[in-house]
Amino acid sequence: MKADRFRGRLTALMLGGLGVIGIGVGHASMPDSGSTPPVKLNTTADHARFKELQREFKSGPEVTKACLICHTEAARQVHRTKHWTWEFVNPDTGQRLGKKTLVNNYCVSIRANYPFCTACHVGYGWQDKDFDFTSEQNVDCLVCHDTTGDYRKQPGLSGHPAYEEREIPKGSGNIVKPVDLRKVAQKVGKTSRDTCGACHFFGGGGDGVKHGDLDSSLSAPDKPLDVHMDATGADFTCATCHATSSHDIPGSRYTPTAMDKKGAMVRGQTDKRNPATCQSCHGVTPHKVQSRLNAHARKIACQTCHIPAMARGGVPTKMSWDWSTAGKRGPDGKPLVVKDEKGRVIYDAKKGDFVIAENVMPEYAWFNGHVTYTLVGDKLERTDGVIGINRIGGSPTDGKSRIWPFKVSRGAQPYDSVNMNLVTPHTAGDTPTAYWKHLDWAEAIETGMEDFGLPFSGKFDFVQTEMYWPLSHMVAPKEKAVGCAECHSRDGRLKDIKGVYLPRRDAAPWLDLLGWSAAALALLGVLLHGGLRIVRGWRE
Amino acid sequence: MTANRIYIFKRFERFWHWAQAALIMFLLLTGFEVHGSYRLFGFEKAVAYHTIAAWTLVGLWVFAIFWHLTTGEWKQYVPTMQKVDAMIRYYLTGIFSNAPHPFRVTTLKKHNPLQRLAYLGVMLFIGPLTWITGWFYIFYDQWADWGADGFLSLEWVAYLHTAAAFLMLVFLIVHVYLITAGHTPAAHLKAMITGWEEVQADEPAAAGIEQRGA
Repeated sequence: MKADRFRGRLTALMLGGLGVIGIGVGHASMPDSGSTPPVKLNTTADHARFKELQREFKSGPEVTKACLICHTEAARQVHRTKHWTWEFVNPDTGQRLGKKTLVNNYCVSIRANYPFCTACHVGYGWQDKDFDFTSEQNVDCLVCHDTTGDYRKQPGLSGHPAYEEREIPKGSGNIVKPVDLRKVAQKVGKTSRDTCGACHFFGGGGDGVKHGDLDSSLSAPDKPLDVHMDATGADFTCATCHATSSHDIPGSRYTPTAMDKKGAMVRGQTDKRNPATCQSCHGVTPHKVQSRLNAHARKIACQTCHIPAMARGGVPTKMSWDWSTAGKRGPDGKPLVVKDEKGRVIYDAKKGDFVIAENVMPEYAWFNGHVTYTLVGDKLERTDGVIGINRIGGSPTDGKSRIWPFKVSRGAQPYDSVNMNLVTPHTAGDTPTAYWKHLDWAEAIETGMEDFGLPFSGKFDFVQTEMYWPLSHMVAPKEKAVGCAECHSRDGRLKDIKGVYLPRRDAAPWLDLLGWSAAALALLGVLLHGGLRIVRGWRE
Repeated sequence: MTANRIYIFKRFERFWHWAQAALIMFLLLTGFEVHGSYRLFGFEKAVAYHTIAAWTLVGLWVFAIFWHLTTGEWKQYVPTMQKVDAMIRYYLTGIFSNAPHPFRVTTLKKHNPLQRLAYLGVMLFIGPLTWITGWFYIFYDQWADWGADGFLSLEWVAYLHTAAAFLMLVFLIVHVYLITAGHTPAAHLKAMITGWEEVQADEPAAAGIEQRGA
């Protein structure tokens, strides 16, 4: 796929070259055919022609200031969104969520790790907890509106791209060239799979790590990988479904729509619905040929059949991350790194053990859209079991649930074994207490908890955790959807789903015993009867 | 061998019987696969075949009911307890000692009293139980529109449908065996194939067995 894109660019370059020659020739013979460039049909504004952008920019905020000259409301619109605040109060539970407060079982938390984590913030300069959330010029327009692919926010730079040549990470020999802000600014446009993917494909610290249904293979997917985003077909961008107005992107995992009964959306519809559900386009009875499947759709999320597996694009996802084994050093005294036969890291002294996998069958559960989280301050009742970093609501009988597919990420992470709560270790950075530099948990946790304003007893241990990620991407074409028998069987995908009668999976043992016994007795009876007749017949 | 022959099963009746026999056996075969008893066609195909066969059988029944009503043949299934005890005694003892069959077939009474009861049971109990539960099964996606999803459970519809299938299976086993229990072992089968039943009232019922043994 990368090769394809490269070929595309090469072709464009060559055509561009031909165009120059063509214009030269045309100019000589037909002086009237003016120098007006061909009309752009995907936008009403060619940003390259705006004087405000025909200059050098020293920093991202300088570009934003230029954007705001015309787009006067844009920054303050962004200020209202989760992408900016990294904060979300769930109206159902009242829980304060968002990246600013949550922990997960990947990199755990942004606390005291801001300069690295905020490489995915739509802003500039969030380097500690005192970031100014009212600053307009610190909104990053380019990270979402870049069309060149050149704009890269670098870890460690608090949301900034590289303005000068840098080695990132330090000592790695990886030299990052400065970004040409003038060029990027002049070519801004609509968001794309690549702009959204620059962060969402790489959540959890690397390609495909976090979600399972989002990774760089969706940059230019083929039809079997995603029927909607198919780059040579429907070619959806993220915003085709996550249809956005005033910069506030709908369809968040904090409050998912587990059951959308309302059917396809029509123009003029005014209710505030989530436009990213399948039903918002396909309606509630989408199966025309096999109408029996529409009955399935009342209890089963579309995703359950239409996403047969996650991580299907060749990029593995992280199924498990065990922090408790971190800190091992090799014979040379250096932090140990172990790779699998394909050269992919499965142990890193900084992070612990990983289990990575491709083409993973999801796990299934009744889901009503309610999600509650274990927050850092929450008291852990017991630590001998598995702590749900989030817990999903749902039951077969609440009338709000459907059977959904999930990626369940499992692992072990540190907790305060005296205060009995999860902790937020300071991992990344060139500081005296960063875990990834010194491999000392107590100091790293102390720093992270201090940033949070929470106490740390000094004692820690590791607790097993799990986290549910509902799947909605990598939707396969219907021919590749999950077949009937994959659930309608004794040991199928839905073998553990309760509260629904599944033909072939379910039967009443007493009825089978009764029925087969009756049939066997009848057979035995007629055989005896017939045998007796034959024997008597012979004797006569 | 000259025999008195009576034409008891008319052409439509024979067609109905054999088509129904084939459909019921195919429905049992596909149905128990859907149920999970074995794997033969694969679940998806088994469901599709089962549904097609079921609707075909329903169509056949519509014709059969019409035929029985218009020809008056429905009277063949009016139950009677007369000679039921004699039939039971015959199957339990007489049949082993070459006693004469207690029932004489005529065009007005082509089924013996036990047959009447059994077939009536199939048509009034096993049949309707199968259709009704089967239709609820097929129209599962309409339950909400009918307002039936509140009190119907797929589980019990499936159980009753399965129970009906077991009853039909038991009937089938006994029925197939009792084909051999006519005046001669092949008499019933011949009658259902050709329509003609040989009536040789003065010959002992076991003659067929003796001939075959010879």
